[in-house]
Amino acid sequence: MRDEERGRWFVMPSLVLLSIVTIYPLIYVLYLSLQRRLLIFDVSRFIGIDNYLFLLKDDRFFNAFKNTLYFTVMSVSLELLLGLAIALLINRSFRMKGLVRAIVLIPWAIPTVVSAKMWEWIYNTDFGILNYLLGVKINWLGSPFWAINAAVFMDVWKTTPFVVILLTAGLQVIPKDLYQAARVDGAGRWDIFTRIVLPLLKPVILVVLIFRTLDAFRVFDAIYVLTGGGPANTTETLSIYAYKVLFQTLQFGYGSTLAVVVFLCTGGISIFYIRMLSRGVKL
Amino acid sequence: MRRTIFYLLIILLSLYCAGPLLWQFITSLKPDTELTKLPPILPRSPTMDNYISIFKGHPFFRIILNSAIVAASTTALSLILGSLCAFGLAKLRIGYKGLILGFVLSVSMFPPIATVSPLYIIIRALGLRDTLFALIITYTTFSLPLAIWVLTNFFREIPDEIYLAARVDGCTPFQVFYKIMLPLAAPGIFATAILVFIFSWNEFLFALTFTSTVASRTIPVGIALFPGLHEVPWGDMAAASVVVTIPLIILVFAFQKRIIEGLTAGSIRG
Repeated sequence: MRDEERGRWFVMPSLVLLSIVTIYPLIYVLYLSLQRRLLIFDVSRFIGIDNYLFLLKDDRFFNAFKNTLYFTVMSVSLELLLGLAIALLINRSFRMKGLVRAIVLIPWAIPTVVSAKMWEWIYNTDFGILNYLLGVKINWLGSPFWAINAAVFMDVWKTTPFVVILLTAGLQVIPKDLYQAARVDGAGRWDIFTRIVLPLLKPVILVVLIFRTLDAFRVFDAIYVLTGGGPANTTETLSIYAYKVLFQTLQFGYGSTLAVVVFLCTGGISIFYIRMLSRGVKL
Repeated sequence: MRRTIFYLLIILLSLYCAGPLLWQFITSLKPDTELTKLPPILPRSPTMDNYISIFKGHPFFRIILNSAIVAASTTALSLILGSLCAFGLAKLRIGYKGLILGFVLSVSMFPPIATVSPLYIIIRALGLRDTLFALIITYTTFSLPLAIWVLTNFFREIPDEIYLAARVDGCTPFQVFYKIMLPLAAPGIFATAILVFIFSWNEFLFALTFTSTVASRTIPVGIALFPGLHEVPWGDMAAASVVVTIPLIILVFAFQKRIIEGLTAGSIRG
């Protein structure tokens, strides 16, 4: 009994801070989303669900939603495939393995804003190294087709290391005898991969998918710095649209409504994955 | 033959990962007149001018200092709060343990954009706008879930017997915590520190909205709003990127094992 009382004091400071800085704002943002609030004019009026009704007729919202989905699906699936390939490649002992692992971590460690600026320079139409190496003259960030894919490519470069690290950790848990036993039984490389490695890696892959999908869905800085949402809003994601409504047009009511929608979507995504994860563990 | 292909792939992989930074480094050594010429790839007359100009023309040093203060304070605060909480969750009897861990985990899934508008209003009302304090408190909160999660896993690996033996010998739980458990969990604490430091060094959204002047501007905001009158000064930009990335590269090369440990403890073992 006494110990339990003491235990509370260890946990309490963190829980109080978490509640003040995340739970309270979350309730506040719900309340804001039901208001018409313009910061500069000191307007603040309760309007019920009007913002949500407006959202349903807002083409720019649906455009941002579509862009966010495209970005999330493309970058997460490419990262997973590339990450798996790299993890399989370096999951053996070779000379200078430590060095290679550190190099693989570089994109992960570079600040997102810095890597966005780096890639903006690489993508530069006239003086960019990409066009020079490919021998073409494409306006990567200025064309509606290329811009979103350029953003996807940058994100894949930046976040694949994280995928590689988690998958490598997952691969190391698989007992070596399993491979040998399979080989003795005459299984080829492909059989070993699809029948042993992939099934055993499934929980780790799910964890990777949770983290990466949530991150990609709420993407802000990478694209905001790379393209600012342009050209013609073709790279504008939900977070960028919400940010612009909040801090560029200073509509705190409608901006908060968009923020609530992002929150609900990420909540839905996590519940979906956690269900899959717990079902997988039972099987 | 097999080996050759393998090493070729490794070289390709290294180039892919390090190439963009390498290109930025090469760009930073080029004088302005060479920036608009390709080929050559390497600078004909390498210069340090870009590095000198970012410290001379801009309050760049101040910005780096701000980031260092924010990242260091955030790391210290999250470690203190996080290790206390993690110790409580791993070793003490507390009600609703599963609920608390679930709460902590769900906070880590919060999209920052969802809380930025109310936090902005609160911070403005408290007169904390454009202060480093506002950033430190926000970052500490958003890195606490990671710290608690990773450290709980590390504390759990320390046998309960050690805790019980020390209690029998007359230590209070708090004494057990800082005299015995903290030193034993040092590797985990170190791994957490690196992850939290990198997170706060790199954060952009809150830094962009809570700061308005150089007084509290951090590196990512400084880089994103890099002054350019008519066009982006690519040489200066490259030099600035290299300077702010160096500390991170050093961390990665010196502590890659710890970083990997922290990342995997934070997501897989849970």
